[in-house]
Amino acid sequence: MPPSAVHVPHPPYPTNVPARTTSEGNHHSEWICGCGRSLEWRKGFGILTGVPKVSRVTAVLEIAGLQKTYRSRKGTRKALDGFDMVVEAGQVHGFLGPNGSGKTTTLRTLLGLIKPNGGRMAILGKEVPRHLPETAGLVGAIVESPQFFGNFSAQDTLSLLADAGNVKRQRVTEVLELVGLRDRGKDRVKTYSLGMKQRLAVASALLKQPKLLILDEPANGLDPGGIREMRSLMRNLAESGMTVVLSSHILGEIQLICDEVTIISAGRRVAYGSVSSVLAGHGSGKTKVRLEPGVDMRAAVEMLRANGAQVTVEVDHFTVGNAGNPAQITRILAERQIYVSELTPVSADLESVFLELTGTAPVEGQNRQVDQTASVGGWGQ
Amino acid sequence: MSLYKAETRRLFKRRFTKLFLLGAVAVLAAVAIGIFFSNQKVGPEQIAAAKADAQAQLERDAQQTEKDKASCEAAKGTPQAGNWPPDCEQLTPPSQENYNYEWYMPPTFILRESFPDMATTLAALLALAAFIIGASFVGAEWSSGGMMNLLLWRPQRLKVLGTKLLTLLLSFTVITVVASAIWTGVFYLIAEARGSTDSMTSGVWQSFAIMELRGLALVLVAGAVGFGLASLGRHTAMALGVTIGAVIVFQFGLGVVLELAKVKFVQAYLIPAWITAWMNKEVTIQDYNSCDFSSVNGCQPAELTLTWPMAAALLGGVFVVVTTAAMWTMRSRDIT
Ligand SMILES: Nc1ncnc2c1ncn2[C@@H]1O[C@H](COP(=O)(O)OP(=O)(O)OP(=O)(O)O)[C@@H](O)[C@H]1O
Ligand SMILES: [Mg+2]
Repeated sequence: MPPSAVHVPHPPYPTNVPARTTSEGNHHSEWICGCGRSLEWRKGFGILTGVPKVSRVTAVLEIAGLQKTYRSRKGTRKALDGFDMVVEAGQVHGFLGPNGSGKTTTLRTLLGLIKPNGGRMAILGKEVPRHLPETAGLVGAIVESPQFFGNFSAQDTLSLLADAGNVKRQRVTEVLELVGLRDRGKDRVKTYSLGMKQRLAVASALLKQPKLLILDEPANGLDPGGIREMRSLMRNLAESGMTVVLSSHILGEIQLICDEVTIISAGRRVAYGSVSSVLAGHGSGKTKVRLEPGVDMRAAVEMLRANGAQVTVEVDHFTVGNAGNPAQITRILAERQIYVSELTPVSADLESVFLELTGTAPVEGQNRQVDQTASVGGWGQ
Repeated sequence: MSLYKAETRRLFKRRFTKLFLLGAVAVLAAVAIGIFFSNQKVGPEQIAAAKADAQAQLERDAQQTEKDKASCEAAKGTPQAGNWPPDCEQLTPPSQENYNYEWYMPPTFILRESFPDMATTLAALLALAAFIIGASFVGAEWSSGGMMNLLLWRPQRLKVLGTKLLTLLLSFTVITVVASAIWTGVFYLIAEARGSTDSMTSGVWQSFAIMELRGLALVLVAGAVGFGLASLGRHTAMALGVTIGAVIVFQFGLGVVLELAKVKFVQAYLIPAWITAWMNKEVTIQDYNSCDFSSVNGCQPAELTLTWPMAAALLGGVFVVVTTAAMWTMRSRDIT
């Protein structure tokens, strides 16, 4: 019996293979047969890129089928509707979703602040909330701009937390230094700016040197320098073996620092996997090809089309729409002595993938309301 | 243990706690100083002076009676006669026994008689401080989000809230015990200097001690109730609002309504009667609307005696209900 009491359904392949999504619109047929392995993986999924890690790292965080319905006098609201999430050790994991999609609810549930209506969760292999008292020492968390008692200084606030959690006081000085509050540590929290409070929150999460760090919108209110510092801080932490779960709306940031992402929409996971696979699964899947000047582009295009490629011709280059393995382009052309001078994958950025997956792209002439998502696949049509 | 240490540090780091304790000390000091200066030691000299005063007053009053009698006689038959009794002999001269010299003595602080009121004052003041500090201690944590941070560190809700309550109660136990000791000492000295410590038998000391213990219980219940209400409402304002509401409703509204409804023993529904019953072991409430006729005493109002065990049951009941409710909601509520 493995230590993990929770069974989270895993795909039968390493998790950094391409994202599986609910969006069905992006299945490209791989027109050129690559190696046999990729054929095998292809079953049921979109284009495959990247080399899979063969060994499965242990999951630090597993959530399966999480349900949460808020009840109030005004009625009920289903915030989580069978949400799944897996975070492997040592990752920086991005947790993305539009406003009101259930990110904070997930994190609060995970940390025992609210009771779920169903589903299972495990941190470091231990089922929570049952084993939360044991795991809490290993988890540092901030949940949605945490507030602190305004009349205490940052130093007092942290040293009280340190006392409550049996952490050495000297660690307080270290984390204050780490988040850049060393010289303001004795000021009352009430007098802090938004970003300074956010830094204090991060400091409080780092205080106990956690194995898993959960940060709900840590960049909220940070200045550009602060964001960059936060980025390198997180990279360093991940390198030192810490696992970081990061919820944010700054997708450029996520794309820069995250190994994997989970995208949530309306309380369900709509995509997950490494950033590149999510992008690949939903990106254009296109490759831009430029030939040597003076070469007959038409012949090349016809040749590729004959092999099943979807080619769009532009003025001085063309793009291949379903290039699973761009090497095949060069091979086919090279066989006819046509040489490629530029071969660039046309990548979608995380933002457009996010908007597509969550159906929250702005539509001209409409004011999109929160909780309003275009029906899957229906966006933009 | 570490949690308890941290909470104690938090409690006394708060400016609110410091301010309120300081305020309580100031009020207590003012009371002690006032008592000190408004009393004085009585010896043979003061007794002689009091006797002289009583005698002088007696003589003045006797002269006045004589004068009045003369006026009464003179007024007979004139229109002013209506101002006087028809029989001028009814104006009797004052008698010696109505001029007890003790009534002409300066106020003096007799420890045995006067200390119980002082002990009640101390207990009531500390109970008020405990209520407000208890409410603010947990209320500010809830409303500032500090409770959530703490729960992320120690995700054992009942333990966290229970430790906070325990911290509050233990701190106030120490404060009350120390304050009672000092308070007793101060009034012993005041009695020595400005009154007397006569007939302080060990039995009297014991009853003082037991009274101070009852005071401690009152302080702790007040603290726990303030704490519990603030935790239930997740805000200091909640506890304070409830109290102010309770005071208004109980003391004025309910009093008036019950009075109009001609309910017997209205005061039994009001808080002060119970606190007095608790501190003084019993309180007797009279119902002036009723009449227990007896041939000896005529019409006597009906009486209701509230005893300390009844008050104990009430205090205990309130304590249990409020803390249980606070713990119960803590166990299950969503913290967002
Ligand atoms: N205390 C609450 N009572 C009732 N409904 C709530 C409560 N907290 C959140 N919700 C609802 O649950 C849903 C998910 O909210 P949640 O805070 O998890 O969103 P989020 O993904 O963190 O959004 P954001 O990006 O804006 O922070 C929303 O529809 C919200 O209205
Ligand atoms: Mg949120």
